[in-house]
Amino acid sequence: MEYTEIIEEASRTLTLNKLRTGLAMLGIIIGIGSVIALVSLGQGSQAAVTNQIQSLGANLLTVIPGSQRGGFIQGGAGSATTLTLDDAKAISSSSQVKDVLNVSPEYSRRTQITAGSKNTNTQVIGATATYSTVHKVSIAEGAFITEGDDVRQSKVAVLGPQVVTDLFGDGTNPIGESIRISGKSFKVVGITVSKGGTGFQNQDDIIYIPLSVSMKVLFGSTNLTSIAVEAKSASLMTSAENQIGYLLLDRHKISNPTDADFSIFSQNDILNTASSVTGTFTALLSGIAAISLIVGGIGIMNIMLVTVTERTREIGLRKALGAKKKNIIAQFLIESIILTFVGGVIGMFVGILASFIISRLINLPFTISAGSIFLAIGVSGAIGILFGWYPAQKAANLQPIEALRYE
Amino acid sequence: MTPIITVSNVSKTYNTGEVETAALTDISFEIKKGEFVAIMGPSGSGKSTLMHILGALDVPTSGNYILDGENVAKLNDDQLAEIRNKKIGFVFQAFNLLPRTSALKNVMLPMMYDATPKEKRLPLAEKYLKMVGLGDRMDHTSSQLSGGQQQRVAIARALVLNPSIILADEPTGNIASSQAEEIMAIFQKLNKEGHTIIMITHEPDIAEHAKRIIHIKDGVIVKDGVEHKQRKAK
Repeated sequence: MEYTEIIEEASRTLTLNKLRTGLAMLGIIIGIGSVIALVSLGQGSQAAVTNQIQSLGANLLTVIPGSQRGGFIQGGAGSATTLTLDDAKAISSSSQVKDVLNVSPEYSRRTQITAGSKNTNTQVIGATATYSTVHKVSIAEGAFITEGDDVRQSKVAVLGPQVVTDLFGDGTNPIGESIRISGKSFKVVGITVSKGGTGFQNQDDIIYIPLSVSMKVLFGSTNLTSIAVEAKSASLMTSAENQIGYLLLDRHKISNPTDADFSIFSQNDILNTASSVTGTFTALLSGIAAISLIVGGIGIMNIMLVTVTERTREIGLRKALGAKKKNIIAQFLIESIILTFVGGVIGMFVGILASFIISRLINLPFTISAGSIFLAIGVSGAIGILFGWYPAQKAANLQPIEALRYE
Repeated sequence: MTPIITVSNVSKTYNTGEVETAALTDISFEIKKGEFVAIMGPSGSGKSTLMHILGALDVPTSGNYILDGENVAKLNDDQLAEIRNKKIGFVFQAFNLLPRTSALKNVMLPMMYDATPKEKRLPLAEKYLKMVGLGDRMDHTSSQLSGGQQQRVAIARALVLNPSIILADEPTGNIASSQAEEIMAIFQKLNKEGHTIIMITHEPDIAEHAKRIIHIKDGVIVKDGVEHKQRKAK
């Protein structure tokens, strides 16, 4: 008895009851489809997060004020007001810090913005001219904040595309218009290129103003919220981090590094954290989808058990005509493998299609790995064997006399 | 002529809980090649049990059953399956054709479990369907055939691997009497051509189509002979 023959026979039997075959497959289709779609979407969002973090700047180190240690009360990280403009200047000019290319002192805060009758609440970043280099900000219209703007304390603003949409509507050019930030009037001089707005922080929903204006005029602060530093190269990140650390410890007169009133983290730290978070989510969601695959497999077993009972007489007849145990096992096992395998292949296409549509809708890069395709085919075949085994055994162990008598 | 079947001291007992029921007690007989034997008896006489043993569907509790030189009583399940496939052609009361399957595919079924080369299967199946007079209905499924026609498909299926014996269990039990005559005519024709046929029945006038009738009652043979005049099927 050849396998092509059994496969032919099994396919013929399965097509005799199309509705049942379809419904039995549906469980596997949904299971495989959701695993493929979720793995693909997970990988897509991981790629998106990675791209976005990398778009924040190359070889980027960020210095933020550490938590304030005073008496028994400890504030959260970033709450301390220990970083000053002089610290930033020292980092860029000190001979101690050799591996640093650009330094961008920043003061950012959320505040209310109005333009005519519209208003929005968004992040306002006080920045210097180096900000656009360090953070790879590109200008679509007009110009970024210049050194002159900072020196003259000009009330000019560069808007992210999301802010433009919120305040002026789509497709308008607001250059030269004025907006009010915390009640003070600013002139729009530039619009940035969109960086894509997914993830934990929308890089398009930002307003840039000169650092001096933000600190002295708007918010009256003498401290920075962060200093972004671009290292000379990726391999010099660690030494740059150390040089900055020692310089600031020195300047802040702190001898023990564990008492530091600032912290430095690199882009890689954020990248690793973010990808481990999305990785965990992907694994979690795929795990849930895998449960539906098991449920689908149980559905297959259920259908196969019904089939065996229904076809008891046929099994008896086949045995009477000379079918051995292995022939009967092969017949039913191949039926269940065909069910799960065809279901798996259909599920794979459904999953790829779903992932394609969803990634287009929520603006994620669309990725399908060869691994998930092999997984779909392998797992669905394995489910066929796993859940088809018991019904096939049950069929093969029927006694021909009893099976022939079965009504 | 050498016997094709030798049954010697065969007993079969069933264990149903504490009670042991003897279905067959110490039965012995021989059937020679080319015989047409009817096994007759009322229900509960043990004739079905005997049929199961002769058909290698079951093994006796004690005694020997030699079919075409092989002692069937000592074989395991898979060996029994092979004996059934090669040496026995079954004709059942309920026809037992595969539903929604053409006559041709039904006749080809035993060859699925045999080494017949693929290209020879179709011609063989066609040959035997023509032999039972269904040459024009080969593609009909069982629901498109009458009872008599279905039984003729089953006979073609029984013949297709050229078995040592044809074992028919109440072959006319489910069909109209006019068509029953046709079936008997086919059996007599096959017997004339040299086939050994064993037929289990409880109807005397069907049994009389055979040359020899073995009567069994309460698990023992009560009469075995050829005294009757063989009835000729019309």
